[in-house]
Amino acid sequence: MELLMASAIGVLTAAGLYLVLRLRSFPVIIGLALLTYAVNLFLFASGRLAVDMPPVLRKGVETYTDPLPQALVLTAIVISFGMTAVVVMLALGAYLSAGDDDVSLPPEDDGREGGA
Amino acid sequence: MNHWIVAPVVLPAILAAIMTLSMRHHPGLQRVFSVAGCVALLAIALGLTVQAAGGGIGVYELGNWPAPFGIVLVLDRLSAVMLLVTAVLALVVLLYAIGTDWDQRGRNFHALWQFQLMGICGAFLTGDAFNLFVFFEVLLIASYGLMIHAGGGRRLKAGVQYVIYNLLGSTLFLFALGTLYAVTGTLNMADLAVRAAEIPVGDGALLRVGAMLLFLVFAIKAALLPLHFWLPNTYAEAPAPVAALFAIMTKIGAYAILRFYTLIFGPDLDVTADLIDEVLLWGALLTLAAGMIGILGARRLGRLAAFASIGSMGTLLIAVAVFTPQSSAAALYYAIHSTLGAALLFLVVDLVRERRGALAGALVPGPRMAQHGMLTALWFGAAIAVAGLPPLSGFVGKLLILDATRDMADVWLIWGAVLATSLVAVLGFAQAGSVVFWKVDARAPVAQAPPQRALPLVAAFGLLAGIVALAVFAGPVMRYLEATAAQLHAPAGYIAAVLGQG
Repeated sequence: MELLMASAIGVLTAAGLYLVLRLRSFPVIIGLALLTYAVNLFLFASGRLAVDMPPVLRKGVETYTDPLPQALVLTAIVISFGMTAVVVMLALGAYLSAGDDDVSLPPEDDGREGGA
Repeated sequence: MNHWIVAPVVLPAILAAIMTLSMRHHPGLQRVFSVAGCVALLAIALGLTVQAAGGGIGVYELGNWPAPFGIVLVLDRLSAVMLLVTAVLALVVLLYAIGTDWDQRGRNFHALWQFQLMGICGAFLTGDAFNLFVFFEVLLIASYGLMIHAGGGRRLKAGVQYVIYNLLGSTLFLFALGTLYAVTGTLNMADLAVRAAEIPVGDGALLRVGAMLLFLVFAIKAALLPLHFWLPNTYAEAPAPVAALFAIMTKIGAYAILRFYTLIFGPDLDVTADLIDEVLLWGALLTLAAGMIGILGARRLGRLAAFASIGSMGTLLIAVAVFTPQSSAAALYYAIHSTLGAALLFLVVDLVRERRGALAGALVPGPRMAQHGMLTALWFGAAIAVAGLPPLSGFVGKLLILDATRDMADVWLIWGAVLATSLVAVLGFAQAGSVVFWKVDARAPVAQAPPQRALPLVAAFGLLAGIVALAVFAGPVMRYLEATAAQLHAPAGYIAAVLGQG
């Protein structure tokens, strides 16, 4: 199970990083999503992998798994979910106002017209 | 338990919620409440600073859960002084935003402003590493909204870049926290310090990985070269008051580095000893050089101000990298100065841009502006402060940093870099200033004068007065900061206060 978990995190991270380095906003956002999946799995695994053990106190159960990483993952999922929504809306706005979904800023003109 | 410690987090949060829910269509009311909130925050921050000045460490247990299990907020001298700087900056810049009507160019400016303050105050106060991540996210989410306030194609694109870069930073932060938790089994900062000290040197590989990942996260926030790429576009394209408030954001990275690498991975901890010192010092020197050369090379005022803030972060991080009480005190003094200085520079740049019509921030001779002499004086003051010339606080700050690095092996390198880059910065500011203010193009069409208001100038001169005051009262300020640094470099008191083993 450790091997499966570790390779899943590795593959997700690698794929995420590759996509983040693309120049168009859509693959970049997909890449960010993959990276957050990877980090969620990683956080989950940081409390040791355990099977068939509850994280909360229950009668008749002797062994427990660490509940804290589960709480951390929950927080991380909520935040990354919200952030993905924000970045999608923002990228959409940038696409609509600029007419292309290139991530990089267009080069500035010769400095004689508006802008920063 | 002193409930005032949680007030800097709760007050802006409640205020922002009320503004969004019940004042959506009342811009006047929003302004009143926003300013009142900032004044109250300033009063609270002052009170907390006085309280922390006594040397005691205030601990606030959220939900009354004892320390390693519950989340704590911790008030020591460092948190208090950073809160105070935040509150002063937020109030002055908010007045500027209201005076120039920047807050009416989009919606929900004031609510986002308060959420931003909540995140910043929380990040300075928290004593829990995961909670620090949460507050980072709060301040980042608010900053995404503020960054694209008032819209525009270039600004939205720069905003997308900013969000993507920071999302990557957040992911890295979570990887770092996961690693640290896997090694130590805790995320409370004081408890982390205790557990990290118990790890034998031979078994510390994972801890070192965690410490390094964490350093990278904070280096992104602090815009350390080569992780600074988010900053120039963001600061240059953001609305001016927002860029001025962002002047405190890079300081949060420096604050976190100071906090974590004195408290948890301190100079006395063998496992991580000398892990980041060299990297940080070289990165800081490069940051300084890149920032100051950027000032000279910038072709627009917005980018010039952005590179000036990169350069000042370089100077600041050099002092941080030394990790002695003396250098930390100098770093804190310079942090206060560079926050005010960078904010002032952004405000001046905005005043100029607004008055030059279509030319905006381009470094080409333009028409004579309304209030030309006043703006020239402000630019002169800001340039002297940021470049570090006497008599303003930038000079005092640089002197303190030079003095603190006197006993280091690389002293000539550091002194040479700081002094040479100061000269480059002076050249850059002089060049830009002479083009914009001196070479007035008499034939150029006179830009339509915007309505003359007193408030923006009052705010800008207020920041300048703050810089002057920082220089005049350098003695008392340094006494407080030296006590702060002493407290920072004796983490036993912090740990005992939090874990209740006094």
